[in-house]
Amino acid sequence: MSGNPLLGALDAQTLVDAVGLGAVYALMAVGIGLVFGVLRLVNFAYGQLIMAGAYTLAFTSQAGWPTWAGIAMCFVVVIVLSGVMDRLVFRPLRTQSPAVMLVTTFAIAFLLQSVALLVDVRDDTIGEPAASVASLNQAITVWGLEVRKVTIVAVVVAAVALSLLALLLTRTRIGLQMRAAATDFATARLLGVRANTVIATAVLLSAVIAAAVSVLLTVQNPLVAPDFALKETIIVLVGVVVGGIDRLWTATLGGFAIGFATGVINGALPTDKTVFLPSVVFALVILVLLIRPSGLFARGGTSLVERV
Amino acid sequence: MRRLDPWLQLAAPVLLVVATAIVGSFTARATEIYFLTAITSVAIVVAIYVFVGNSGVLSFGQISFVAVGAFAAGVMTVPLDSKQGVLPDLFPLLRDHTIGDVSSLALAAVVGAVFAFLVGIPLMRLSGLAAGIATFAVLEITHNLLREWTKIGPGATTLALVPETTDLTRAAIGTVVVIAAAFAYQRSRFGRSLRATREDAAAAQAVGIDVHRQRLWAFTLSGALAGLAGGLYVHMLGSITADQVYLELTFVTLAMLVIGGITSLWGAVVGALAVSGLDSFLSEAEQGVGVGAATIDLPQGARLVTLGTLMALVLVLRPSGLTGGREFRLPRPPRRRVAAADGASKEAAREPV
Repeated sequence: MSGNPLLGALDAQTLVDAVGLGAVYALMAVGIGLVFGVLRLVNFAYGQLIMAGAYTLAFTSQAGWPTWAGIAMCFVVVIVLSGVMDRLVFRPLRTQSPAVMLVTTFAIAFLLQSVALLVDVRDDTIGEPAASVASLNQAITVWGLEVRKVTIVAVVVAAVALSLLALLLTRTRIGLQMRAAATDFATARLLGVRANTVIATAVLLSAVIAAAVSVLLTVQNPLVAPDFALKETIIVLVGVVVGGIDRLWTATLGGFAIGFATGVINGALPTDKTVFLPSVVFALVILVLLIRPSGLFARGGTSLVERV
Repeated sequence: MRRLDPWLQLAAPVLLVVATAIVGSFTARATEIYFLTAITSVAIVVAIYVFVGNSGVLSFGQISFVAVGAFAAGVMTVPLDSKQGVLPDLFPLLRDHTIGDVSSLALAAVVGAVFAFLVGIPLMRLSGLAAGIATFAVLEITHNLLREWTKIGPGATTLALVPETTDLTRAAIGTVVVIAAAFAYQRSRFGRSLRATREDAAAAQAVGIDVHRQRLWAFTLSGALAGLAGGLYVHMLGSITADQVYLELTFVTLAMLVIGGITSLWGAVVGALAVSGLDSFLSEAEQGVGVGAATIDLPQGARLVTLGTLMALVLVLRPSGLTGGREFRLPRPPRRRVAAADGASKEAAREPV
C-alpha cells in the first residue's frame, strides 16, 4: 500500500480519522446486516433509531441528567423503539417481498424524522445541543498525532462489539440458530429454530449497536437535528451493498471500507474541492459495482438466479 | 367489450388527468397551483413507475433524472440578457445560449435518458434489492453536483428567472405524453419481457430474456420521462434549488406510487392524484384552513407525518395499493362479476392474516 502515490501523500492524521469513521460505519453496517440476515429486510429507518437516541442524549443533557444516566436512557429509548418497530411494522411485513419491506422502512424513516421535527421545533429552533457528551470530543496527542478521544472510543467499541458478536454467533446456541436462519429461514424453522426468538435477538442486538452509534455520533456532532444520521445511513446502506449484503462479514467490511474511503478521500482532496466529497465517494461506489456487481468482498461471480 | 379493454387502460388515466386540468381551470388562481402540482406529480410518478413498476426493482434514484431534467431545462431557458449576470460561472456553451421552452422540454428528456443510460449500465447488473439501494448513489451524486458545481448550474443558490410556461394545458399535454409512452412501453415486447422478469426472473431467463438489458431499457425510458417531467416541473415553479429535487420529493413520489399500487399505470396515476389532493389539503392546513365552523391548524411537519403514516398503513394493511396494482377496467356485467368476486375472495384467502 505504501507504493500507492495517493496513500503515500496522505499523512497519518488522515488515516487515523479515516479509521475512526470506518469503525462507526462498520458498527452501523453490522446493525443493518444483522436484521437483514434473519428478516431479509433492509432497515432504512436504522438512522432514525440513532436519531432518536441522539435526541434522548440532547434532552437528558438539557434536563441536567448526569452523563451516564443520559447514555443509559439513550439505550433504553433505542431498544424500546426498535422493539415497537419490529412488532408493529416488521412482523406484519415478514411475508412481503423485500422491496415492499424496504419502502415501508423508508416510510417509517420519514415518519420518525417528521415526528422529530414536530418535537424539535416547539422551541422555534431546529436542532438541540447535547452538551454532556461533548467532552469526549477533545483531542489528545498520541505519538505526535491529534487523536480525538471519541476516535479511540469508536475503534475500541467497534472492536469489542464485533468480537462479542463473533463469539455470540459462533459459540452460542442462539448464535448458531441466527446463522441458520440467515442461511435458510424455512429449513431452520423446520429444524426447531424459533422464528420470533431469533428475530427478537437480532433486532435487540441491532438496537444496542444503534444506541452505541448514536452516542458516538452525538459526540462528534453535538447539534442534533431531525436529519441526524440520515446521510450516514444512506452511505452505510450503499457501503453494505458494495461489500456484499448477503453475508454479515462482507456487509460489515463494506461499511468499514466506505467509511475509511470517505476519510481518505476527504484528506486527499484539495480543500476547495472537499464539497465534492460525496460525488467522488459514490462515483467510486459505481465503479466498484461495475467491476464486482455481487459485492467487493463476495465469493465468486454474479449469481445466475437472484434471490430477490 | 374485451377488445376495448387495452384502450380503456390508456383512456382512463388520460381522462382522469384531463378532468383534473379542466376542474383546475375553473378554480381561483391561488388553488390552481395545487392542480398544476398534482398533474406534474402524475408525470413524475408515471416516469418512476415505468422502471419500478415494470421491473419490480425499487429505485430511489429516479428523482435524480427529474433533477437533471429540471436544471437542464431551467438553465437553458433563463433569458440571455440576465443569464450572464445571475449565472456568471457557467460553461460558455451554457452561458451564451438560450433555447425556447418547448425545445427545453425535449432537451430535458434527452439529458435524462442519456444520464439514466450511463448510470444504468453498472447499476442494472446488480440484483434487485442491491440495485435499489445503489441507486441512492446516483441521487447523492446528482444532488451534490447540482448543489456545488457552479459551472453547470446555480450551485447552492436558487435557480430563478425560469419562464413559467407550464400552465394547466401544457402540464396536461406533457403528462398525457408521459402516460402514453408508459402505456406503449408496457404493451410492447420490451415491456412484456421486463414484466416477465419481475414475476419470475429465473423463468424469464430460461425463455431467453436478458434481464439486465430489459431493465436497462426501462431505466433509460424512465430517465427520459423523468427528465421531461422535471422540465415541466421547473417551468411550473419558475425557480428551483437542488434541495427541492432530493430526498423529500423521492419520498413523496414513492409514497404516491406505493399508495396507488406499484405494478400498474392506473395505480401510479390514481396514487399521484390522491396523495397530491391530500398533500394540498395538509399544506393548507399547516397554514390554517377553515372547514365549516372549525379551523384546522396543523403544526409544521404534520404534513409529512400524515403522509408517512398513511404510506406505512397502506403498506402494512394493503401492500398492493389502492388499485390493487391492477389496470383500470369497467365493472363486469353481473355474471362475470360473480367470477371476479370469487377470484377476489380466493386471493383474499391466500393472503396472510
